[in-house]
Amino acid sequence: MTDLYFEDIIGRYFNLNLKKDNYRIYVEEAGQGTPLLCLHTAGSDGRQFRHILNDKRITNNYRVIVFDLPWHGKSNPPEGYELKDYKLTTNLYKEIIMSFCKQYKLIDPVIMGCSMGGRVVLHLALEHCDYFRAVIALEGSDKLEPYYDLDWLHRPDVHGGLVQAAFVSSQIAPQSPNNFKHETLWHYMQGGPGVFKGDLYFYWHDGDFDDRSNLIDTSKCPVYLLSGEYDCSCTPERTLETAKRIKGSKAIIIPGIGHFPMSENPDLFKTYIYPILDEIIK
Amino acid sequence: MLSIENWINNINSNKRLIENGRWLNITFTFGIGEKDYLFEILSGNVLSINEREILTQSGTFKIYGQKDSWNKHWLKVPPRDYHDIFAMLAKKIIYIDGDLTPFIQNLQYFKDLIASNRDMHD
Repeated sequence: MTDLYFEDIIGRYFNLNLKKDNYRIYVEEAGQGTPLLCLHTAGSDGRQFRHILNDKRITNNYRVIVFDLPWHGKSNPPEGYELKDYKLTTNLYKEIIMSFCKQYKLIDPVIMGCSMGGRVVLHLALEHCDYFRAVIALEGSDKLEPYYDLDWLHRPDVHGGLVQAAFVSSQIAPQSPNNFKHETLWHYMQGGPGVFKGDLYFYWHDGDFDDRSNLIDTSKCPVYLLSGEYDCSCTPERTLETAKRIKGSKAIIIPGIGHFPMSENPDLFKTYIYPILDEIIK
Repeated sequence: MLSIENWINNINSNKRLIENGRWLNITFTFGIGEKDYLFEILSGNVLSINEREILTQSGTFKIYGQKDSWNKHWLKVPPRDYHDIFAMLAKKIIYIDGDLTPFIQNLQYFKDLIASNRDMHD
């Protein structure tokens, strides 16, 4: 009989108050040291970061914190969600993150987001450069072009979970391990109705930032951009164009990986993120 | 690229693929360069793949691209932008027209069906 093995991750709930709404938020964390707040992609949840939370090479120096956005994963939507469609605006997204940081009393945190999380951290680098120690945008750019009609994601004659997974499977590299590919897709199959669509309102429309990204002061808040070769959403070209606009930012294109580096191929991703995390706390 | 006969065999011998398409009865058009092929599907099984001979023979939707593009898609490890039909659509390497509802309703099935022309042998 083998001993029961627990991962290092601790998961808890807390209540986040934002304006008139109360959100029951699920948050996981592991490690100690500099806070590293991680933001999941559109239509998914914090499970994408389990390999970061479980990595002692990282958690020896960082307190890794991952929360599910309201409407996602194990975080509830606010009361009355049934009365309107979910739509993530830039302001709501920023307010949720900053309220989380304030109520969680994070001091001098590093923030790392993927996809729409990679977009919003650029907004935060501009507006809160004195608060964040550094921002890391995974598959993040300041501008994207939509390439399919979002209405397909939320209609009764199309299975939301299956179509979401089928759409985003195009963004995973063929070299990524099959088990991690399908784990990443599973998260998409479990999203609530209309949530992925509501997130993409921010990612493809409301969150455009290419007219202001050049105002980010990287001497106050360093910006790192990492994107996968096979990402057909936030392509390497989009990432490099963004990096050109953000003077002093550092951009890396990771060969043989797609839009979900931390969950589709964690071992490969870590070889790129370790040096960045080391540099930030050096 | 496999022969049409081997492509049909690859599809119909893939039990998981057939299960995923079990609600699907449709004919769609698949274009390779100047040639169009009609895929007749019954309960997820491909009954036939025939070259389109007259224009009144038509599928519910058509997905099409150049031969070189499809050949890259069917490489054992496709290059970026060619690795998935939606990546190819995003890059405007291939195109799609017609009634897309059954295509989107069964998106992963159609992705896997088209990708199954990939020759995985060394």
